[in-house]
This record gives sequence, structure tokens and C-alpha cells, in this order.
Amino acid sequence: MSHDHDHDHDHDRHHHPRPTDPAIRVEAIASLLIEAGLIDEARIDAVIERYETDIGPLNGAKVVARAWVDPDYRQRLLSDGTAAIAELGFGGAQGEKMVVVENTDQVHNLVVCTLCSCYPWPVLGLPPSWYKSPEYRARAVREPRAVLREFGTELADDVEVRVWDSSAEIRYLVLPQRPAGIEDLPEQELAAHVGRDAMIGVRMAGSDQIGANS
Amino acid sequence: MSDQADGGSSHRPSNDGALALALDGPTAPPRVNGELVFDTPWQSRAFAVTAALADRELLSWSVFQEALIAQVAAADRSGVDTGTPNGYWGCWLDALGTVTDTTGLVATSHWSARCEELADRLPGHDH
Repeated sequence: MSHDHDHDHDHDRHHHPRPTDPAIRVEAIASLLIEAGLIDEARIDAVIERYETDIGPLNGAKVVARAWVDPDYRQRLLSDGTAAIAELGFGGAQGEKMVVVENTDQVHNLVVCTLCSCYPWPVLGLPPSWYKSPEYRARAVREPRAVLREFGTELADDVEVRVWDSSAEIRYLVLPQRPAGIEDLPEQELAAHVGRDAMIGVRMAGSDQIGANS
Repeated sequence: MSDQADGGSSHRPSNDGALALALDGPTAPPRVNGELVFDTPWQSRAFAVTAALADRELLSWSVFQEALIAQVAAADRSGVDTGTPNGYWGCWLDALGTVTDTTGLVATSHWSARCEELADRLPGHDH
């Protein structure tokens, strides 16, 4: 854990936290609320999990599922991502200009933000921690196949890998290929097969675990 | 996602944590390109505890928002930089304490006492 609090305290007590340390204060109020049976650790963890993986990625998954079942919507999505995503009620800050890129048998797309961590928040929620790591930002461009392999995504040699650099102006969303064997599922159930990582492009749809906290 | 819209039902807590985050104005949380910014675990934990209470409808986001506005204003007056994650989430934590006290969930005196206990119990914590 980082050394985050103010350093105006008596250094004779250097190894003793002050009651005013915010970390102490958070633990104190959390412990009292937990003891009172009002919340529990699982619920706290679930909130963090939800913000990191569920709220936004579920929106994106709905977009992908619609594109899988509705060829006209798919076309609109690929020609004007922002407008097509807005059709489903998603958009706004950090998603003003969306471009959707489609995975095919010949092309696999991967999204990165080389400068910082630009990310389509309205459709993917909060980014995973690795997305903003300097390592991912650099290696996704330099050696995308190696990065993909580390996520368990093996591509044939003849598949072209395209890396898209999201920015504050344009944010990219990958339209993954529909996994085999789920062609007959209704749209709502298809969305459950679309995880955040597939829409960033580091995994195939159906292979990523929705809710994985990385 | 939109700004919280609680209309006239200020005493009916929203159970949707996403709606509680103001996107503009002084109580908008620190964000970089769409993500909440937490510098340290205590900040995300303060947020999660608050949202967990809201999920159980033990805390009204609108009431919390009012408390947060007051804390940010007070911090601004005293020279705290509430534009930083440390300053902002510190205000958030203070607002959480205010609301849990006024709603009877956790008395401020009990909170303070527990802080003292933990500080004594955890030598070397976070160092």
C-alpha cells in the first residue's frame, strides 16, 4: 500500500498511524457498519466489482448482442458507432465519438490507449487496471500477438492484427465474432457471452469471464 | 449515465449507484478519461462503503450529495485542494460520516473511538 497520508505528524510516532489517517477512518466506519450487520465485505467487494466490470461492459455487451442478431443494426454500428450505440440508450461523457471495429476470420482488432487510458466508459465502464499499465500500452503496439497470447488468445498466422489507439476524441469498441454454438440464443442471452475483454479485443467472446477483476 | 435525478423524492434513496455520481460541478469525482480516480485503496473503499449502504437503501444518494457539497465547500474554504483524489475522497469520507451520524447508523463518537482503537491496534499500518 502506498504511503498516502499527510506527513505533519510527530515522527516519534512514525510507526503508529494517527486516528485521523483516512485509511484508519475508513476501516473504522466500515467495521462498525459491518458489525451492525448493515453491510458486509462481500457487498463492498461487489460494489467495486460492479464499477470495474459490470455497469459499463453490460451496456457494451448489449450492443454486441444486437449486432449479432440484427444485420441492419450491425451495419449501422460499423458505419456510425456513436449513433448506433445511442439507439440503445448509451452514450454521453467519455463516449461522444465511438468507432466500432469488427473482428472477422481475417482480422482481429485490439484497442489500447498509448498515451493514457482513454476508454469508452459508457459502454465498458471503468477500465481494468492492466489497461492503463505502461506495459500494456507499450506492448499492445509493439508485440500485440504476444500480449494476446498472454490473455489466452491464439491467432492463426494469417490473421491480421489491427491495433487501434483510443484517444480523448475517438474511442474504439471491438465487435467480436459470435462464438460457435450459440447461434440460436436470444439476444438477451447472447449478451451474457460478451465480456469486457472481448470488446477491448484481448480475448474472444465467450472465452473471457465477465466479472473477472484484473 | 447521467447526473442524479431524484426530483421531489429526496427521502427515497436511489438504489442505483451509477446514478449517484455527479458528472459536473464541484462534487464530480476525480476522473481521467472516464474512469474514477482512486489513488489509494482507502478511497475506493470509502466509495464502495457508501454505495453499499445506498444499495441497501440505508443511505439516500441525494442526502449524501448535499453532505458532500457542504464538505467540499468547507474544504475549499480551508484551502484543501478538492480537485485531487486525496482531497476529494477525504470530503467524501467526511460526508459519509456526517450522513451515517445524522441517520443514526454510526454515531460520530463511536467512529472516533473506533479510529483510536484501530490506530493503537495497527502499529506500522500503511508505513
